[in-house]
Amino acid sequence: MSAPVLFDLPGPKARARIRIGTVIGSLLVLAVIAFVLVRLNGNDQLDPQRWSVLFDPNSGVPQALGQALLRTLRVAAVGMVVATVLGLLLAVGRLSDHRAVRIVVTTVIEFFRAIPLLVVIFALYFVLPSFGIRLSTYAALTIGLVLYNMAVLAEIFRAGILSVDRGQSEAAYGIGLRKSQVMRLVLLPQAVRRMLPVLVAQLVVLLKDSSLGFIIGYFELLRQARSLVEFFTPRFGNEYTFQLYVAAGLIYIIVNVLLSQLAKYIERRSRRSPKTAATQAVDLPDAPSVTGQTSI
Amino acid sequence: MVQFFIDNFPLLRDAFLKTLQLSVLAGLLALVLGTLLAAFRVSPITPLRGLATFYVETFRNTPLTVVFFFIIFGLPQIDFAVGFFTGSVLAVGLYTAAFVCEAVRSGINAVSPGQAEAARALGLTFGQSLREVVLPQAFRTVVPPLGNVWIAMVKNTSIAAGFAVTELTASLQRLSNANGGEILLVLAAVVAGYMLITVPSAYVVSRVERRVAILR
Amino acid sequence: MRITRPFAALAAMATAGVVLAGCSSDAGNQAEDTADNSAAVETDVEFEAGTTMAELNEAGAITIGTKYDQPGFGLLDPSGTPEGFDVEIGKIIAAKLGIPEDGITFVETVSANREPFIQNGQADIVVATYTINDKRKEVVDFAGPYYEAGQDIMVAAGNPEGIGGPDDLAGKNVCSVEGSTPAENIRTNYPEATLTLFDVYSKCADALTNGQVDAVTTDNVILTGLVAGNPEGFELVGNPFTEEPYGIGLAKGDQAFRDFINDTLEESFEDGSWADAWDATAGAISGQEAPEPPAVDRY
Repeated sequence: MSAPVLFDLPGPKARARIRIGTVIGSLLVLAVIAFVLVRLNGNDQLDPQRWSVLFDPNSGVPQALGQALLRTLRVAAVGMVVATVLGLLLAVGRLSDHRAVRIVVTTVIEFFRAIPLLVVIFALYFVLPSFGIRLSTYAALTIGLVLYNMAVLAEIFRAGILSVDRGQSEAAYGIGLRKSQVMRLVLLPQAVRRMLPVLVAQLVVLLKDSSLGFIIGYFELLRQARSLVEFFTPRFGNEYTFQLYVAAGLIYIIVNVLLSQLAKYIERRSRRSPKTAATQAVDLPDAPSVTGQTSI
Repeated sequence: MVQFFIDNFPLLRDAFLKTLQLSVLAGLLALVLGTLLAAFRVSPITPLRGLATFYVETFRNTPLTVVFFFIIFGLPQIDFAVGFFTGSVLAVGLYTAAFVCEAVRSGINAVSPGQAEAARALGLTFGQSLREVVLPQAFRTVVPPLGNVWIAMVKNTSIAAGFAVTELTASLQRLSNANGGEILLVLAAVVAGYMLITVPSAYVVSRVERRVAILR
Repeated sequence: MRITRPFAALAAMATAGVVLAGCSSDAGNQAEDTADNSAAVETDVEFEAGTTMAELNEAGAITIGTKYDQPGFGLLDPSGTPEGFDVEIGKIIAAKLGIPEDGITFVETVSANREPFIQNGQADIVVATYTINDKRKEVVDFAGPYYEAGQDIMVAAGNPEGIGGPDDLAGKNVCSVEGSTPAENIRTNYPEATLTLFDVYSKCADALTNGQVDAVTTDNVILTGLVAGNPEGFELVGNPFTEEPYGIGLAKGDQAFRDFINDTLEESFEDGSWADAWDATAGAISGQEAPEPPAVDRY
């Protein structure tokens, strides 16, 4: 499906070989899984009693993880909305005809792309108060996510705007629209629609990055799991440590896989839609340079 | 201020080198593993494709911090304890490999089908046509996206601070605890440390991007 | 559609959950018998106008900074309520100010931001395993101490490395928390030890269990909590080599407030509420009797 030109349609002999390879490969994978399970079992990590804590409402664990997931989603949702709006503005600014605007906007974008988000969040929470600006952990984490993601999204939108066929803006100028109108009425609507799947994919990144709130103590999912571990450690040793971290990891994976599927679904729909027909297919070969910088 | 830098220069220098070391090692791991995974993803053998897809989807949807937890504290549960630095290289490298794979795969897909068809017409096998014809061309197209993955990865190494690696972010935590009054200086030094790696990288990437664009 | 696969996985997990929920967990059983320990709130108290006490009493609200990662001293329970000895001390002070429990806001302070939080007024007081020392006294004031801890070492049960004190740490891999006083102490005074620094102590405990480090060092009260959780796995060396008087941090120069807190602490030492607080928190975890309260230092 992905690159069928790379190999011939297998004949009977090749099919037999592939089948053997398939069996051996599957056996190997199964062997690895079995090995992990045996070792885990050997360390008593598979004891149902140890896992039941995740579902036992009396322990308070399911509620705590549920609320932490809500807090994670809240930061991600607010961060995404604000970052999208600011990202659009920055993208337009970077394509501005005014040199000064371009330089300022480019500096802002490149600065926030160059330093780790973790450091940005740390600075917002621990350094800003010495200038009299006090932020809650929630605000600091959200603003940190916004600053970083608006820079990334700005680049995505810029690529999107540039991907709109030049005939579109020429035609728009031709019928007498002004610069801002061309951008607002013709280029942006098409660019945003074109970039919608990438936007949803970026939401996955943002959601993952919300776990960096641990450095300032925002109680998102991972910090909550760690806090539960801290709470149980003096009482039960490491009885639940592994289980709690696995649970947090699985919740992230499930939520993110659902979001990724949504992104793919939107992409498939938008491919068929005539509304994006005037944009070039940016996913080949330019998209990697777009998604590459975004989805990590 | 000068005194502050004189006092803390060795720590900051070591931390910077640690970040660099971690980035380079993890980057190499990610490059090798990611390319291999990309080859899997376009291979004729279904389980290999499935395995690579599963790998990529899992790592892309897991926060790096969680990956760190599994490597540092999960592996001992199957009796494979690793050192903290090694573990950090593994965590960052394995995570980034998923993104390298995606970048390389798009690169492979971007190579004109005629190239692969011609290679096959010459009688090259799947492995040969991938190795001799498609990948060399794919790598040129993927240099910019790979460069971006590299920059993102350098920044991601900051998470190792929470896992016993004294790199730049850990030095930020340590120095800001000890020098509350000079927190801004500490921050500036650490940010400069990261930019020392990321800004030149970004410059090289954009240079290469321009050259590749002309070649195309 | 492809979306169904994750849903199937979700359904499988939910099924597993229903099955597992059938058997109750140790943690669930324990949670039911947590003691309710709250200090009696003073109802009619008068403070001299203009003092911090009068302001706080008037507002009926106080913000207390504490740590959320110190077993026995400050930790969040699964419902998100702070608990621990520091938290109880905070409640005792609030009660004396005539502030009911729902008027207390706890904020998390970490080692890096305790002084800034006090200086910027983000917390009225900080009760956060906060060692009184001269460097800190330059920017904040301390009431108390209300507890005397000391840095100690925790090793794997049976003490396979034969560690009896900090001098034996040379060449050993010692775990602590980045930026903490105990870590700084090892770095300066015992440079031959190899430091492994995490952001929380539970990671140190895991690393010790896994044999990734040889010892864990920090204040003995925190180590006691870790040993209590895993008595078969860990043991305390029991040879404290520093003195860590825990004080209550407050704004520099607020003499009246400091005197008030010191009086409150002394009262709690005498009327037994201090010991009750210990028994309900750190004592409940470690199984240790409340120690002799320290002498308040009115410097």
